[in-house]
Amino acid sequence: MPVYSEKVMQHFMNPHNVGEIPDADGVGEIGNPVCGDMMTFYIKVKDNKLEDVKYKTFGCGAAIAVSSMVSDMVKGKTLEEALEVTPSMVAKELEGLPKNKFHCSNLGAQALRKAIRNYAIKNKIDIPGLTDKEEPEEEDEHACET
Amino acid sequence: MRKVYMDHAGAMPLLPEIREAMLPYLDEIFGNPQSLHSWGDGARDAVEEARERVASLIGGSAEEIIFTASGTEANNLAIKGLARAKAEKGKHIVISAVEHFSVMNSARTLQKEGFEVTFIPVNGFGVVDPDEVFHNIRSDTVLVSIMHANGEVGTIEPIAEIAKRLLGNGPVFHTDAVASTGNMPVDVKTLGVHALSLAGNQFYGPKGGAALWLKRGVRMLPLMDGGIQEGGRRPGTEDVPAIVGLGKAAELAQRDLNIRMQTLTQLRDSLIKGVLSQIEHSMLTGHPVQRLPAYASFCLNFIEGEAILMLLNSHGIAAASGSACTSRALKASHVLLAMGISHEVAQGSMLFSLGLDNTEDDINYVLEKLPQVVDRLRQMSPLYSKYIKEQRG
Repeated sequence: MPVYSEKVMQHFMNPHNVGEIPDADGVGEIGNPVCGDMMTFYIKVKDNKLEDVKYKTFGCGAAIAVSSMVSDMVKGKTLEEALEVTPSMVAKELEGLPKNKFHCSNLGAQALRKAIRNYAIKNKIDIPGLTDKEEPEEEDEHACET
Repeated sequence: MRKVYMDHAGAMPLLPEIREAMLPYLDEIFGNPQSLHSWGDGARDAVEEARERVASLIGGSAEEIIFTASGTEANNLAIKGLARAKAEKGKHIVISAVEHFSVMNSARTLQKEGFEVTFIPVNGFGVVDPDEVFHNIRSDTVLVSIMHANGEVGTIEPIAEIAKRLLGNGPVFHTDAVASTGNMPVDVKTLGVHALSLAGNQFYGPKGGAALWLKRGVRMLPLMDGGIQEGGRRPGTEDVPAIVGLGKAAELAQRDLNIRMQTLTQLRDSLIKGVLSQIEHSMLTGHPVQRLPAYASFCLNFIEGEAILMLLNSHGIAAASGSACTSRALKASHVLLAMGISHEVAQGSMLFSLGLDNTEDDINYVLEKLPQVVDRLRQMSPLYSKYIKEQRG
């Protein structure tokens, strides 16, 4: 049986929305090359909606597919809706991720969250769902070392 | 789609001649080599003939060959069996930092039994310094194990020089020659070792046919208790077809060694030259000259090995990587790290291990596809865009 689901392979072979947004409204970076996975998300916000989402990803097939899926899932959504996307939801949309890769590769939702936070800080706005949740990022960044 | 297999370090196709030699032992000659009737005679003759051929390949004698089921088993038997046999003399062993897991983890098991292990570092090419080995020998050192050639980067270690430095010194000297045997000249007398592991599946033989050569007179305890097979050092009914296959593989390797080495070295060098000239920010890993004929290994910066392998596979190309993401344990190759390569760069490690089924056309095909794959992944790599921005100031 192949390691990855068909959906993961589709997104890996033809990732959507790859790139950078030079005048992005928010940028979020997560991961660490020691783990093998690193993602940078760029967002463009208009009328409280994610008008555009792009990313650059260093990492395995799963990390690339995760980035692509997250960008698809949140593009056009309001910021509040986008913040509701969790790693588990991303994995489900991808028809599953290998167990050992779930933590290290599934950082897309958090990278996006960081980009939204970056946007909120820059614009001094308060977004429900952004501040009321603890960021589990420290733990995840070191997931590969356990 | 074109198919190009360049993962011979992982598995090799069985040569048709070897398969033919094995077939009767999967069929009519099914006897147990230990049995005292004509069925047993046929199987025993085949096992003993294979033993002669394996011994001849490495310049040893037949009674010094112990058949095992894998290179891993041969290494386990050597490390644990030799150290335990000398435990009353001392409990210190010396291995290199780039050994295969079967040596590395056998040493760790011995640590739990009270042995002390010294790991000898390597230089940037993955080479062990013989002086460094010598200076770490103590009065209680009972075993030294340094691999003959590395299975990830192809570096050949100065085994004969290490043996000279150890001469007259107490410890037994074992070498893991799984990656080298059958692929370059391997002679136990020239190397000057007491024990040597080899595996037929690294030179076109079947999986399951491997051996430990143990110099006459060297004491070793078995890993398993059982009957008298392999002189009691490796009991269990012989895997006759695998042993026959190993024997045939040894015979063919001995016959064709020079021409194989010539062909593979040429292919390897054109692949290395092509990759280094066509792909920016790429480096050769391992020693540039003292390396296995079939090994072309690289680190390709800013990208990750598993993604490279997946895209290569979509073009019908098989290779391997030592990146964290490609390992089940999600850890970067200890060999690359021991060579001083950073985690980040090790992520982009690639090994193309060539074989007799490869052609110059295969090399050209890889040299056509690999730069495309690398470029595609770099275009989406945040590390690469950071680097480009820094270059522009």
